[in-house]
Parts: sequence; C-alpha cells; structure tokens
Amino acid sequence: MAFTEDKLKKVQEIIARYPDGKHKSALIPVLHLAQEEHGGWLSSETMDYVASLLKIEPIEVYEVATFYSMYNLKPVGRYLFEVCQTGPCMVNGSDQIIDYIKEKLGIGVGETTTDGLFTLKTVECLGACGYAPMMQLGKHYREHLTKEKVDQIIEECRSKATSLN
Amino acid sequence: MPTIYIDNKPYEVKAGKNLLETCLTLGLDLPYFCWHPALGSVGACRQCAITLFKDKEDTQGRIVMSCMEPVKEGACISVSNATAKAFRGQVIEWLMTNHPHDCPVCDEGGCCHLQDMTVMTGHNYRRYQYKKRTYLNQYLGPLLNHEMNRCIQCYRCVRFYKDYAGGEDLNVFAAHHHVYFGREKDGILQSPFSGNLVEVCPTGVFTDKTLKQHYTRKWDLTAAPSVCQHCSLGCNTTAGERYGKIRSITNRYNGAVNGYFLCDRGRFGYEFVNDENRITQPLIRNRVPEAVDEQSLMDHLKLLLTQSRTLIGIGSSRASVESNFALRQLVGSENFYQGVSLDEAALGKLIASILQSGAVHTPSLKEMEQADAVLVLGEDIWNTAPIMALSVRQAVMNSAAANALQQTSIAGWHDAAVRELVQDNKGFLANAGLTASPLDDISTCTLHATPHDIAVMGFAIAHAIHPGLPEVPQLNNELAAKAAQIAKALQQAKRPLIISGPSCYNEAMIKAAFDIAGALNTGERKAMLSYVLPACNSMTLAMMQAPSFEKSIDRINDNTVVIILEQDLYRSIPPAKANAFFNRCKNLIVLDSLHNGTTEKAQVLIPAATMAEADGTLINNEGRAQRYYQVFVPTTGMVKESWKWFWQMRSLQTSSGNGLELHPNDWLTKLEKTLPQFNGISRVSYPPEFRIHGQAIPREPHRYSGRTAMLANLAVSEPKPLQDNDSPLSFTMEGYPNRPPASLIPFFWAPGWNSIQSVNKYQQETGGALSGGDPGIRLLEQKTGTPTAYFTDIPEALPAPRNKWLLLPAYHIFGSDELSAYSAAIRELCPEPYIGLSTQDTAELGITDGKNITLVAEGEEYTYPLKIQEHLCNGIVLLPAGLPGMPALTWGSWATIAPSLKNNAV
Repeated sequence: MAFTEDKLKKVQEIIARYPDGKHKSALIPVLHLAQEEHGGWLSSETMDYVASLLKIEPIEVYEVATFYSMYNLKPVGRYLFEVCQTGPCMVNGSDQIIDYIKEKLGIGVGETTTDGLFTLKTVECLGACGYAPMMQLGKHYREHLTKEKVDQIIEECRSKATSLN
Repeated sequence: MPTIYIDNKPYEVKAGKNLLETCLTLGLDLPYFCWHPALGSVGACRQCAITLFKDKEDTQGRIVMSCMEPVKEGACISVSNATAKAFRGQVIEWLMTNHPHDCPVCDEGGCCHLQDMTVMTGHNYRRYQYKKRTYLNQYLGPLLNHEMNRCIQCYRCVRFYKDYAGGEDLNVFAAHHHVYFGREKDGILQSPFSGNLVEVCPTGVFTDKTLKQHYTRKWDLTAAPSVCQHCSLGCNTTAGERYGKIRSITNRYNGAVNGYFLCDRGRFGYEFVNDENRITQPLIRNRVPEAVDEQSLMDHLKLLLTQSRTLIGIGSSRASVESNFALRQLVGSENFYQGVSLDEAALGKLIASILQSGAVHTPSLKEMEQADAVLVLGEDIWNTAPIMALSVRQAVMNSAAANALQQTSIAGWHDAAVRELVQDNKGFLANAGLTASPLDDISTCTLHATPHDIAVMGFAIAHAIHPGLPEVPQLNNELAAKAAQIAKALQQAKRPLIISGPSCYNEAMIKAAFDIAGALNTGERKAMLSYVLPACNSMTLAMMQAPSFEKSIDRINDNTVVIILEQDLYRSIPPAKANAFFNRCKNLIVLDSLHNGTTEKAQVLIPAATMAEADGTLINNEGRAQRYYQVFVPTTGMVKESWKWFWQMRSLQTSSGNGLELHPNDWLTKLEKTLPQFNGISRVSYPPEFRIHGQAIPREPHRYSGRTAMLANLAVSEPKPLQDNDSPLSFTMEGYPNRPPASLIPFFWAPGWNSIQSVNKYQQETGGALSGGDPGIRLLEQKTGTPTAYFTDIPEALPAPRNKWLLLPAYHIFGSDELSAYSAAIRELCPEPYIGLSTQDTAELGITDGKNITLVAEGEEYTYPLKIQEHLCNGIVLLPAGLPGMPALTWGSWATIAPSLKNNAV
C-alpha cells in the first residue's frame, strides 16, 4: 500500500501542524486518511506503511489503532452500520433494531454480508440520545430507527451500490 | 513531621509521601495494584480507596484513592470504614468478573498479589454469571510465559517495561474490556530486564518459564538468601530448592544494591546448579571412579601435599572470599595467584588500589540513581553490569524529573503527571564506548571511539575541570569538543557519577576516570566513581593483590603441586598458552563444580559446591561484602564447599590429625587479622549460633508440604533434620516465625501477603532500606583528607601497525558469563560466534556480512562469520567474549584478518 502524490502532500500538511520531532502526533489523522484510502479498514501492511511515513515503530501504530473503535482492523463492507447500543438507545429499542438488521442481512455483529455490501457493528454513545435509537452510516447519523426505516436504508444502499457499479 | 489521623488514631508520618505509601509504611494492610514503590502512582486501578474526611467533625467523608493523595498535616482518613471497604470489595469483584478461576493450575498461585488482595478485601463469592473475555497468548521467548486471560489491566507491566526499563517491544493494545498487553507479534522480548515482569505483574500474566520446567509452589521451596554470581554487582537474590534442584531465583530486595529488580542473566542463569555436567564425585587420574571414596581421596591428597613440595594455589574470581582465603592459607601467601590473565590481574589491581586509596567515593547502585550527571567511560555496562545500566537510566530520568519538578508543586511519586511534565527531557549522560549501546538512546553525548581516544578524552575532561592537570597534546577536534561539553555538564552537577571498567583492557581509561572524579571532588560537589569488574568476586582477588597465574609458570616443575580453585583457565588465556601451562603441571588438583577444559587436565578432581550448596562471601564492585547462604544439602555425591576441602587438606598437611573445623565466619576473622584491608568483613553475617528467642531462621515456610511423605519411597520414617553448623538458618520449617534480620531473609512473606509484594513489611519505609539496614559491609569508604594522587601519564597515540587490528572483546549479557550459559533458556539467547569489523574496514577488505573470515592472533587462526558493526570505529576487531565454545584471546593485542580461504570455497 502506498499513498498517491496527492495524499502524501496531505500527510506532510498534517505533520507540519505539530512541532519538530513530534511526528507521532500526526498519527490519528494519517490513520484516518489511510483507512479511507484502503477500503475502510487498516491492514497491518497499511499500519506499517503509516509507521514508516511517520518514522515510528509499527508497534506504536498498532497501539493507537487498536484503541479506537473508529479504526477497523478487519475488512468491512461498503456500508458500515454502526448502531448505538448505549443506555438511551437501548431503552428505546436498539436491541430490536440490531436483531432486525441481523435477521434481515443474515449476519452477526462484526460480520459482513457475502456480497461485501454491509457490515454491522455496535458502538457506544454517539451523542445523539435525543434521536434514539440511532446509528451512524458513513458520515451521517440515521435517527429514530424503526424496522421500516432500516428496510428503507438498506434499500437505499443497495440501489446506490447498483448505480455505482 | 506531620500528624495524620487514621481511623481516629494519630500517627506521625513523613511529609511528601502519598497516603498509600504512608499506610503501608505504618504496617496497615491496604490493597493496591497499579502502584509500585519503584514506579510511583497513576491512580488507575481504584483498589487503594480510603475515606478522606474534611475535618474531625465530618462523619460522611468521601472516597479518594490513597495513592493519589499527599500527606497533609491533620488529615483524617479511614482505611477500615464500611464505605471504603465496600468500594474496595467492588473493585475486586469487577476485576474478578473476567479473571479465570485457574489458581490451581496457575504458576502464580501461592505467591499471587491478586489472590492476596482478593482475600484481603473479602470478596469470596462470584455473582457474575456470564462469559469471560478471553485472549490468544503470545510466544515471548524462552524466559517468560504469557497468559493474558489472567490480566487485570493494572498497566504495571508496560510502565515497568517501557517507562522504567526503556524497553520498546511490549505495549498495550485496544481499549475497554479487551485491553491487551503484549508484543506486536510473537517473538522474544528484547529487554534484558523482562524477567522482572514476573514480579511486577500482580497476577499470572507473565510467569517464569524456566520455573515451569520444574514447577514448585513458593510454599514448597526451601529457600536461602543468595547473591547473584553472574556479574560484579552482587545483586541480592533468593534461591529456592526442592528435590535437590534449584527451582527459581527471585529478587531479594536490598535498598542499596538491586532494589526491586534483577537482570535476566541473574534471574534465569541459575540452572548450572542442576546441570548434568556437574562434578559430584572426586576423581583421581588412572583410577576407576568407583574406587575413589573420601578416604582414598584423602590418602592420595596426603601423599601429594606432604612430601615437602611447593604448593601453588590459583584462586578464582567466581569462588567465595572464604574459599580463596582458605587456599591462600593452604599454599602460603607467596604462592597464591589468581586464574586470570596478566592484563586482567593488573587492571583489577589498579582499580582496587584506586578505590582503597580512599580519595573518592565509590557509590552503591542506589546512590547512582541519584546522580545528576553521568559519564560512562569505555565500559559496556549494558552487557557487563546490566543492573548498573538500569540504575544509570534511573539517574537520567530522575534528574530530568527533579529539574522539571522545581517549578511545580507536583509530588515526585505522581508518575503520570511527572512524565507529562518531563516529556522527552533527559538528565545528562555521556556514553563513550567502542560501539553502539542501548544507552545511547538516552545519552546527551555519545562517543564511539578506540580505547585510546576514549582515555585521552577522559584526561582532557579532567584537565578542563582541573587546569592543574596536564593537557592532552594534539587532541583532535571532535574529542576536544566532546571533552569540553562533558566537563561543563559534570561541573554543573552536584552529584556527578563516573563509570569505567576493565572491559577495554585499557589502563589509561581507568586512570582517566579517577582523575575526572578527583578533579570534580571540590567543596559541595561529591563525585562518585564506580568501576565494573569482570566477575562476582574479582574485587576480593584484586584486594588480596593476587598476581596472575601466568607469573607462576616458571616456578612450576615436576615436584610442584598446583591447586586450581573453581576457575577454567581456558577462559582466561588462549588455548595454546593454557596448554603450555598445563603441560608443566604434573601434579594438578582442581576443585570445581562443572566439567570444563581445566578439569580435564586435573590429576585429582574434587567436587566443589556451587552457591546453592555453599555458604560464602562475595565482594562486589563497590567493595560491599555480602554473604550467600547454602540453600540445600546435596543428597548424592561428595559435593562440599571448597573452603571445607581446604581445611581438610590443611589438616593433612599439619599431620596433627583432624584440624579444627572452621566456619565461614572463622575464615573471615582470620582474614581480617592477616590482611587488614578486609577489616570489618567478619561482620558480614551473624555467627552460626545466632538465635532469636532460642530459635534459628527457617529456610522453609510453615506451609511447606510433603515433608513426611516426599522421601517415603526410600524410608517411611522421617529422617532427622539436617543441621547447619555454618549459619543461623535451619533446613526445616521450624524456627523463628517472624521477620529475621535483613541479611538473613530466606523468603519474603507476611500474614496475608504471600507474594513478593510482602517486601513492604520488611522495610523501614516503602521503597527504603530494609528494617535494621540494608545487608552488606562496605570495605571501601572514602577517607576525608586523603590527597588525590592524580595520574599524569597520558598515553601517547601509537600508530597502528600496518594491516593490523586491535583485538577487543564484545560483551553479551547472554553468553559472556560462564555459569549462566548453562541455563538452556539463556543459551537460546546467546549470539553465535562472529568477528565484528567496522563498515569501512569491511568495505576495504572486500568482504560481505555473514561470510566467514579468519582472524590470526598470536599465530593462531580463528574463523567465524563477519558481522558488520555499524558504529565501530576503524582499526578494531571485536570478538564476543566468553561465549560457550569460544576460545579466550589476548585482548588488546594486534591481529591480522584475511577472508577465509577454507570456507568460501565450500
């Protein structure tokens, strides 16, 4: 794995935000960039590459990448459902929503559909308790989830995928 | 001293400490996990909760973490109130939700801090009914076993490994309930201090893999206070035995020496005691082994020793003071030599005379940790004295912390805050050596140079500090600049530390180190000077001024009887020279514990005890005499302490029948009378008849099991307990049940504290000296008013002979020490033999890395693969010193190099 010229420039910009000799501080944004570039997840090769860019040991990258749930360390589908399961969402029925998604897509938590389209992940509070139950899809929140809404979202994703293909 | 109230009782306590340390120092039982006296507080585990009250009227109070609260005048706290107790109980219950119930099969069981704390908080019923989180374990090398399921996330392992010891390959991954402590992938842990994880980990995540090979519970060990035999620092250890085998070595806290930590060579290098190569029966050449019993051996020795022949005794730097002195008494002082090369003996003598002069102070390891500027002059301490390197690291970190703390009110024990404040700042360390060292990573100033250059830089530093000392002529710019930088930093320090040693075989370096320390010793500034020595008891022989055995060769003829004590001369001088020596020895008596090249040459071979079967005293590099005690009595063979053999021989010589039995203390009293430089050494131990309330100190804990059954295959009646006439320790569990004097602690245990954390109960204050003072008698003290006799003979640069390389030893923590290399685990970590050259020299010779090359030294050829040493300077060839199977060489001599003809053809 290697970044394009463009992205490498971006990396340099990120590094330049921090004082000299503090390359390591750029790790989190660079990992995000790498994840975007690499199909939404971080392989150990990707992390080693990031380590080499920032001149740090691979183990220092693994340490950070494994800490945050926003970094995926296994391949994920094109659409990642991150369903909140913290208190307020749970009270409002996130369990049922999760079960429904599982049933509908035929996958468990942390698994990906065979067509590579969907991955289901449960996460902790996303700070949108007023709209519970909710999930994050890409850069957007999907709120007040019901079974119908889930159907709708899945349909939406499928058609988007077909049009992209 | 502030007064605080704990559960309404007033206590006078030390200011500047936190409440956890204070409670423990007062002897209260307060559970904790993440805090460690050497690592400080981070307040992560929430286990040491107490209730803190606003004032005496406050009845409510609030929960605080005692490790994070400083001592304040008049503070009212409660350790035992219901809220705090319930809180602590809850914390344990949470930790226990995931901790497996595998104590019966866990190596930590019986010496587990988590077990102790669980019992202490009273948690005894599991309410959590669900699945526990599980992990995959990693292969961490031959020393440590990894079992992550047991982890309670206290973070002590990474805080020790990374922060304290500077390791880089153990880390923490992930978050929440799936935190993982390990390496990035399976592999051998790289830090030579990794073994301390066994004791730092409060439960069984990291356990001793060598113990696993012959596992024994702590309560089933017969243990005795011991002293490490694997370098010159004399770290205190506890050796534990069962069924005639040493099972494990654990740290024995000594506040002045090793503190809480050991290096891996010291911890795992014990298996030479159990080795198959042990000599257990005396052998007489040309007689069948079965025909030699004690009587026939004595008859034979009597013949040898009494026919008015000259006796030559060769002492050993790895045998005790008692054995060496007993040999010296047997053969006479003028016939007593030591089994090291001429050069090594001369360097040892120089170091001893410098330290004996009393002009400078030689520090303990604890004092080294307080140094505010350090110069390492040419000694590869990472490999020759690993725990000293760890102390130097602490000095560098401590002085950076002390600087940072000057402007704040943060307490020094507040580890996370201090690290945040210090960032990457380091105290001053200048590391000058032949090639790269892990210490370079924390050095302000690094020099890789020839021994000569390092030495003259040393003289230049001394001159810069004290202009009255001679100037170094024609000093090159790099050295001059570094000398100026180092001199300035040392002068700004209050407690500068200079370290050197004989490992470069360079006399000038040792002299320069002394000159620097002497020059720094003015007014308020108290300089410290420490020399590393080659072996655990080199200091004794240096102080006895025993010449090298090479000097005895002309005195040996067919009528001379040569007695070699526990030393393999093939490790001291090249094989050809050693063979020449042995060819002259027609009557050779060798005492040793393991078969080696020297024992093969013996006419009479006598089985000597190792540290596990012997009482004896060692003098470490700071001149601290320390006693190690016999752990067990071997049941087979005729293994005996060498000093015991010698008094038996002495009684043959005097032909007055059996001479008076001498105990170690008697030898030391005699030694003091004979050689006044050893004055005080007889105080190193209590006399054998020492008793507390009429009781001896038991080597076995009171829970020792199977005593009446373990030998039932031999006889059903319990045999009479063995008597120890040489020390106040008993071989059984009977005896004084409480805390013994500091030098006689066979194992650390206190009611409710089965793990090594019980050392808290033996200290004057947590992290301080042991109650009654740290063990050891220092023989080399600075004498006030001693004039500093500077060395002014700055060596001239000698041009290297054409096409010749200076032959020098490269030391390896695993491999360079003779005895530890018998441990299979250590052997696995030994490097393969190699020849090391600089990059440029390699290029000029046109050879490639890994290819065999041949070194010719003194007419002998040695062929090994080439290993390019990136940071080595040109003109030096390095060979690993002391590796098993590698011959000794004349270090510091000139050698030639040729691409190997034999091998490249293959």
